[in-house]
Amino acid sequence: MSLGPHADFIVAAYAVTLFVVAALIAWVLLDYAAQRRVLGNLEELGVTRRSQREG
Amino acid sequence: MAVIDLANPTRFLRIVDRVLPWLIATTVVLFAVGLYRALNAPDDYQQGATVKIMFLHVPAAWLGMFGWALMSIAALGTLVWRHPLADVAGKAAAPIGAAFTFICLVTGSLWGRPTWGTYWVWDARLTSMLVLLLLYLGVLALYWTAEEPGRGARAAAILSLVGAVNLPIIKFSVDWWNTLHQPASVFRLSGSTIDPSLLTPLLIMALAFTFLFVTLHLAVMRNEILRRRVRSMRLMQAQEVRA
Repeated sequence: MSLGPHADFIVAAYAVTLFVVAALIAWVLLDYAAQRRVLGNLEELGVTRRSQREG
Repeated sequence: MAVIDLANPTRFLRIVDRVLPWLIATTVVLFAVGLYRALNAPDDYQQGATVKIMFLHVPAAWLGMFGWALMSIAALGTLVWRHPLADVAGKAAAPIGAAFTFICLVTGSLWGRPTWGTYWVWDARLTSMLVLLLLYLGVLALYWTAEEPGRGARAAAILSLVGAVNLPIIKFSVDWWNTLHQPASVFRLSGSTIDPSLLTPLLIMALAFTFLFVTLHLAVMRNEILRRRVRSMRLMQAQEVRA
């Protein structure tokens, strides 16, 4: 596969896209882990939501 | 199960946990096939190998606009029906839509330099797309800086509905004004002007990006529901300490 005389532009476009998508995925995964951790800590302390008490 | 049952966050989380692995697998397969087809596609007779940028730029543009359309529908749910998940859906779509709009602008700029001889011109299509990115940043700022989440949600919903005016401007800018950007070439009444050897990988990549968007959107919605649970539990904890 030859990218021709403008290979730098093609590679840069794919690299930027890969970086942005990877950053989005990393943010989603880290945020999920953080929320689960905090929820787990609160549940260990015996804190419940109002809806859980009513149920 | 009725559609309204999805309004229950707990049930929604259960469904998301079940469908996410399938969505991730489908997205990976589509990207594997799409990238293989895109990187092995023939060069364009005018643009040469730079046409490979199209396989990223066009889907990113579509999804940048799709994200705002989704936010506008969610805004109606927030303002009119006060649907419990509508604000969650709108808030979750904003960072993903902003990321795709950013990818569209950067890849378009990198495509423009070798084909037009410039990274940027204040052309109607490019400018309206930049306005879309600025609108996304405005909505994100409203969500992130509001002290009271409900007030931030209403303000963001209003901006989402007002900003929807920009979507037809982006779509028809190439027809209404004389622009450097090419007119529509995929979805036209008279059929696509792109050769099937380039159109097929483009459509596969568009499908892959759409699955990526939906997968990320559901995952961010799940995170947002958990974040609201944490907030609610902290409020209950604070009330107990005070009592």
